[in-house]
Amino acid sequence: MLGVARAVVERDLLLALRRKSDVGIALLFFVIVTSLFPLGVGAEPNLLRAIAPGVIWVAALLASMLSLERLFAGDHADGTLEQMLLGGAPLGVIAAAKVLAHWLVAGLPVVLLSPLIALQYDLAPALYGTLALSLALGTPVLSMVGAIGAALTLGLRGGGMLLSLLVLPLYIPVLIMGAGSVELASSGLSPAGQLLLLAAALVGAAAFAPWAIAAALRISME
Amino acid sequence: MLAQSRAQVPSNGHPKFSLEAAGLACVRGRRTLFRDLSFALAPGELVRIAGDNGSGKTSLLRILCGLLAPAAGEVRWNGEPIGELGEAYAAELLYLGHAPALKDDLTAAENLRFARRIAGDDADQQAVREALAELGLPDPDMPVKKLSQGQRRRVALARLALPRPPVLWLLDEPFAALDPGAARRVEALIQAHLGAGGAVAYTTHQPSGLDAGVTRVVALGEGGAPGGGA
Repeated sequence: MLGVARAVVERDLLLALRRKSDVGIALLFFVIVTSLFPLGVGAEPNLLRAIAPGVIWVAALLASMLSLERLFAGDHADGTLEQMLLGGAPLGVIAAAKVLAHWLVAGLPVVLLSPLIALQYDLAPALYGTLALSLALGTPVLSMVGAIGAALTLGLRGGGMLLSLLVLPLYIPVLIMGAGSVELASSGLSPAGQLLLLAAALVGAAAFAPWAIAAALRISME
Repeated sequence: MLAQSRAQVPSNGHPKFSLEAAGLACVRGRRTLFRDLSFALAPGELVRIAGDNGSGKTSLLRILCGLLAPAAGEVRWNGEPIGELGEAYAAELLYLGHAPALKDDLTAAENLRFARRIAGDDADQQAVREALAELGLPDPDMPVKKLSQGQRRRVALARLALPRPPVLWLLDEPFAALDPGAARRVEALIQAHLGAGGAVAYTTHQPSGLDAGVTRVVALGEGGAPGGGA
């Protein structure tokens, strides 16, 4: 069963490596969006420091959404998804592997880049760790929740728009907790509570999302 | 070059299994494609599913492999409904649909190996290269995006030539886009599989060298014909 999951992750990472532009676009989007705000609102350090957590988190959220529509669409179009449904592991395990690959390609680079982006907002170096940790805990949740939406809207006309309408409201708690943790830390308070809530959301999503994705995929494939 | 099947092989050399379709009906939209469709498939048997475009051949294959729920009836594997068997049934079947399930950015060999791994088994590089060579693809490291439609079909069909194939093959238009030489290779693989005790159900519009060996023809037609004629 784990061999099948490993094969799915390896295959998706290899495909991402061969289609660098797909990965690059989402990452470039994150960098450009976060770079536009300091240019737009002006070089006012206090204002930039205040908006930094929210802007970085919203940009991370939108960058994650960019690649969601393609999460299952390619496999659906070329028949691979049918083979996955008939695969040697429960569909939930395969779905979890797909989400892990999506996070490694779309979420992890955002986490790693976040301290660099924080520089533009004059965020205190002491906050880099909290920002990266909140993104490390929160972006996998975004991938998992988004994957449920991607599976539900698979093959629908205008699925991309529907996906955004379906998923963005569900992202709100993650956004509040993620950005809130950095704001708390910047005020000199402990971000532990918000980070623990994010960790709980991650555990909850990891437990339930793969099976919800599997059920949604089965419905879409009928 | 057909290696031993995954199913239990008793002393007579033939794996024991049975696939039964009992009272199947398929409704797409408001149209009944077929109803009261019953037939069985045993080791060594070849079933041809015949019918016009849109008569439900692909739907029937999808029902047989569990991708589509029938409107009525059930499919049983060794007497058990396939819905209750899950991955245990999936491990016994190889389904090749219309879409080749290939990734343009991977090579033929990578595609074949990942397909096998996702199905829950593995094949070494040598076996993959031999399987592709058997289907007439001399360069396994060629990206699939550079192959013609017929060559892409060959890559998908190379799964039939890998060692330890599942016992039940469900093939949707296996000869589509193939030249006569490649079609003969696929026919030989199917005949070897039947000889080793496997079973095959396939759809095709084309006459093939398999026609003489067909055990049963399941005929689907306009108006929800029951089919199942031998």
